[in-house]
Amino acid sequence: MNILSVSALSKSFGGVQAVRAVSFNVEAGQLLAIIGPNGAGKSTCFNMVNGQIRPDSGSVTIGGVEVSGKTPREIWRLGVGRTFQITATFASMTVRENVQMALLSYHHRLASWWPRVMNLYREEADELLRRLGMSEQAHRQCALLAYGDLKRVELAMALANRPRLLLMDEPTAGMAAAERIELMALTAEIVRERRIAALFTEHDMDVVFAHADRIVVLNRGLLIAEGSPEDVRVDAQVRDVYLGSRR
Amino acid sequence: MSSIVIQFLNGLAGASALFLVAAGLSLIFGVTRIVNFAHGSLYMLGIYIAYSAIGWASGSDGPGPMGFWGGVLVSAIAVGATGALTEMLLLRRIYGAPELFQLLATFGVVLVLKDFALWVWGPEDLLGPRAPGLQGSVAILGQAFPTYDLVLIAIGASVLCALWLLLRRTRWGMLVRAATQDREMVGALGVNQKWLFTAVFALGSALAGLGGALQIPREPAQLLLDLSVIADAFVVVVVGGMGSVPGAALAALIIAEIKSFCVGIGQLDVLGFTVSLPKLTLVVEFIVMAIVLVARPWGLLGRAPGPQRVFAGGHEQPLQPAVRSALLAILALLAAVPFIANGYTVVLLIDILVFALFAASLHFLMGPAGMASFGHAAYFGLGAYGAALLVKAAGFPMETALLSAPFVAAAGAALFGWFCVRLSGVYLAMLTLAFAQIAWSVVFQWDTFTGGSNGIVGVWPSPWLASGSAYYYVALTLCGCGIWLLRRIVLSPYGFALRAGRDSPLRCDAIGIDLVRMQWVAFIVAGTCAGLAGAIYAFSKGSISPETLSIPLSVDGLVMVLLGGVQTASGPVVGAALFTWLQDTVARNTDYWRALLGGIIIALVLLFPQGIVGFIRQRFGRSGSL
Amino acid sequence: MKTLGSILFSVGLVWLQVHAAPAVAQGTIKIGELNSYKVFAAFLQPYKKGWELALEEVNAEGGVLGRKLAIVSRDDNGNPGDAVRAAEELLSRENVSFLVGTFASHVGLAVADFAKQKKVLFIAAEPLTDKITWQNGNRYTFRLRASTYMQTAMLIPDAAKLNKKRWAIVYPNYEYGQSASAAFKALLKKNQPGVEFVTEQATPLGKIDAGAVTQALAEARPDAIFSSLFGADLARFVREGNTRGLFKGRAVFNLLGGEPEYLDPLKDETPKGWYVTGYPWYAIDTPEHNRFLNAYQKRYGDYPRLGSVVGYATVMSAVAAMKRAGSLDSEKLVAAMEGLQVDTPFGKITYRAQDHQSTMGAYVGRTASRNGRGVMDQFHYADGAKFMPSDAEVRSMRPRD
Repeated sequence: MNILSVSALSKSFGGVQAVRAVSFNVEAGQLLAIIGPNGAGKSTCFNMVNGQIRPDSGSVTIGGVEVSGKTPREIWRLGVGRTFQITATFASMTVRENVQMALLSYHHRLASWWPRVMNLYREEADELLRRLGMSEQAHRQCALLAYGDLKRVELAMALANRPRLLLMDEPTAGMAAAERIELMALTAEIVRERRIAALFTEHDMDVVFAHADRIVVLNRGLLIAEGSPEDVRVDAQVRDVYLGSRR
Repeated sequence: MSSIVIQFLNGLAGASALFLVAAGLSLIFGVTRIVNFAHGSLYMLGIYIAYSAIGWASGSDGPGPMGFWGGVLVSAIAVGATGALTEMLLLRRIYGAPELFQLLATFGVVLVLKDFALWVWGPEDLLGPRAPGLQGSVAILGQAFPTYDLVLIAIGASVLCALWLLLRRTRWGMLVRAATQDREMVGALGVNQKWLFTAVFALGSALAGLGGALQIPREPAQLLLDLSVIADAFVVVVVGGMGSVPGAALAALIIAEIKSFCVGIGQLDVLGFTVSLPKLTLVVEFIVMAIVLVARPWGLLGRAPGPQRVFAGGHEQPLQPAVRSALLAILALLAAVPFIANGYTVVLLIDILVFALFAASLHFLMGPAGMASFGHAAYFGLGAYGAALLVKAAGFPMETALLSAPFVAAAGAALFGWFCVRLSGVYLAMLTLAFAQIAWSVVFQWDTFTGGSNGIVGVWPSPWLASGSAYYYVALTLCGCGIWLLRRIVLSPYGFALRAGRDSPLRCDAIGIDLVRMQWVAFIVAGTCAGLAGAIYAFSKGSISPETLSIPLSVDGLVMVLLGGVQTASGPVVGAALFTWLQDTVARNTDYWRALLGGIIIALVLLFPQGIVGFIRQRFGRSGSL
Repeated sequence: MKTLGSILFSVGLVWLQVHAAPAVAQGTIKIGELNSYKVFAAFLQPYKKGWELALEEVNAEGGVLGRKLAIVSRDDNGNPGDAVRAAEELLSRENVSFLVGTFASHVGLAVADFAKQKKVLFIAAEPLTDKITWQNGNRYTFRLRASTYMQTAMLIPDAAKLNKKRWAIVYPNYEYGQSASAAFKALLKKNQPGVEFVTEQATPLGKIDAGAVTQALAEARPDAIFSSLFGADLARFVREGNTRGLFKGRAVFNLLGGEPEYLDPLKDETPKGWYVTGYPWYAIDTPEHNRFLNAYQKRYGDYPRLGSVVGYATVMSAVAAMKRAGSLDSEKLVAAMEGLQVDTPFGKITYRAQDHQSTMGAYVGRTASRNGRGVMDQFHYADGAKFMPSDAEVRSMRPRD
């Protein structure tokens, strides 16, 4: 079943066509990676899905609902969790409180004035943190955390939304190699176990080819290849783009 | 026709004066991010020093050209040196402190400089000589126009050009512009940031001094200049876009011309109403600022500021048992005060309680919600006027009025906040100031309803509350509940959501938090509590006047919050108590109490750069538990 | 832990308040005085010297009611809220017998209402607002200075005599300026039917845009100008007006313009022939003023300003009231104040029983320049008693106690 459908998506910035009529789908329990050289339109494409950029034309549907023109906030409400290329967490709060905030939002409890946050959804938060191996860090302030741990906090916050769709912008950027593999393995495991559709952009080809179920390759705003890692690996056009033109 | 030309020239002369003082402030803010409250004082110092220097160089028939222009130059240099010294001795030590904390230090400087000027030059206005050779006027289209004003226009334009060249054509200027965009990056490039800051401060201060000195032939040196100039200068800087020198010039031009033409046009008949435009000059710059900021959130020529310094803000935790029992002990002590202390202690404590609630409500915006308000007195004043008018005009019983007045303030906060939350940082703060000034000017001028500048008298509590101690218990209960409620909200999901918005708006958006709405509600909550404080204040004084919405009270609120420390809810309470008590005690015991108060504030700033409660927490608390 | 500071602080605060109450010197009568010394320093420093001089003289003659007199003075910060707190402190901690002082109108009104609430005598020294003795008058409040209305009325005879048709008005945009202008217009219309007011400029207090205002006034082509500007605003207006020739061939009336506080800074810039109210200390030749002038100059080596006279006369009024009452009881003091006659440097004044306004007058004259200094010329003393509305009008304005 398709969770995310992107069709004929286009965007130009001041005459430069950043994305041209790109279409693809992501199914539940599937990891789809968007790759491509710098300037290929990965980020633009990604940001049109998460609501930060409004497309010129084309459509993005999540669970059958059209989302182009919706704000990131509304998109979260459709059951989408996301992580950022440069982590964005609440620095003054502890790890657990960060996750609690996401849970409070999921449960529509943000407007309550009376109860204390410390008592709300604490077990649920701890359960998520345990799943991500962050139990030890739960009481620490995010401002004091290592970068890799912040990525895990973001993932926990995304999962707090019980997402149908997980959007990850460069999920392993800035991490050491061993850590990357570990985090992506964990992510893939969770995505399959919870039947989440996951879309991510990534520079590191090892990560992509090890964990993605399918890969979309963009170049100069155009989708030039799509398929399993094996298919993409042998695709002539992709080899052209990455290994230089032989034409 | 000729009148339009002359009023335009009047506006140009005014713009030139305004630009000189605002340009320096803009440079200083752009590079150091310091809200320099003392800039108006430097301007005042400029006019005083020039007065003395020119007087010293004068013969029996007034100053020669050398004496006059030399005096102006000496003054600019002396004021520049004063600014540089202030930066090196005071501000340099507290750059690491939380944002806006430096404002507190410069506030201390304002107080000290004011009493210094009184001590050196005495209380009388000092009207300096006219500029030699430029005493008279020239005929323009048959109207007399002062020659000196033409020179002033030329000087303003030359300074603009010189600054532009300095910023565009020199390496130093390039550094200043880079620092305005991104301070950290310049530091990373290996530039000696310290000296860059000192130099910018010296230049900015010298411009303020020059601006003051050049006013010698136009107005007397006097002790109220500092505060009357600083607000105008800030408005110009913000309207122009902070850090933008051409922006400051453009804003000065717009504001001065509008003022000039308001005066020139005089009465205007609109739809059968007669509008007195000259009366509008009381507030027109703030109206301009409000309009500009609503339309262009970073001023006319400003750009969105670069990455801000990340400051892991306050982290409120539930009380621990020991602290809880200590608090109960304090409450018990406060409840016992009417039995153990004299009547005045009770009076002073009512003031302290009122300001503690006022400061706590401001802290609610500044701390957890991360929105500094420079116009918080507006809500205090609306509450106070609400209470007074509900009793006087609507005939409410005093008790009902006291409890309904906060909703008047809430309505004001809802209206003003709706616009403010769409901005951020100092621009947001300045928009709150603009709204507060507009509210103030309405109250100040609406004689038939608000009593105008005289305010409203005869606002006393009901007879059963007339005794000092009865009213004290009302104040203690209401202020205590207010502060407790504010703190409780900070610990609730809503309070956490506000903090979340302060820490990372991006993440808030991504997890479905409607930040703008949350912040808007924060304005209403803070406004309501400030309004409650104002209503309690009104009945404790028996009268109410426009001061309750004015800039000085807003500044007092900021000082209280910063003095105590923005990190925790107890900070503003301690700050309010300390500031109110200090003011009361110091004012009683010395002639130069303002200088003493300023000196104490500066000392506290240097000793406790995190605020007093922040210091106690840092010194004695374990970071995880407090 | 975080509240340790607040605990210590509160304990300290209570301790200080309990123990710091100053010992009352036995037998001394204490009067509470409050004023905006820092905000209006130019007027109030001489004022303070004035009351200090009076205090010394009273005590040198053995004090009042056989006891020494002391004045406990407080700075009210120019703010009604602070003023009321200071007044509370004077009453409850210093145990003063009654209150005197204040400068700004809104502060004076707030303290007057406070006096009414506390049923304690208050002699308002300087606030000019008409309301303090009329619309907002109360049983416990008396006022020394001639009010805005009275001083404006003092200028009317000269203004009417000139019979100028077109008048322009400029005033600081707050209650004092507004009521001065309103009173001037009403009184002049009554005395000179057909007079025309061609323009009005209300300027923000302390921030007059003098160039633009001067130009706007000139364009209205008035025959005469009535101004109630003072202080820095007046200095700016005079300089611009001189430069741009606004005053040439025009009669100018300026309320308060002859007070040394506002005239002295003008120096050689002083315009000639303006009609002003003020205080020509250098030329008043009456026994009571000469005595005051000599004493003041001997004591301070400086000449008195109007504030000095106000400060001096305030204390003298307080002393006369205590003597007449023979007691410090508030009700007796109020009774003694009504109709009380006091000798001041301006001669004998009376606190009128019907509205508690003193009949202290002002000098009305014309400005001149002498040796580079501004002075008042061709002046006469206008007795306040002659420039009051009728008793019926006063009765209709003043609330019944």
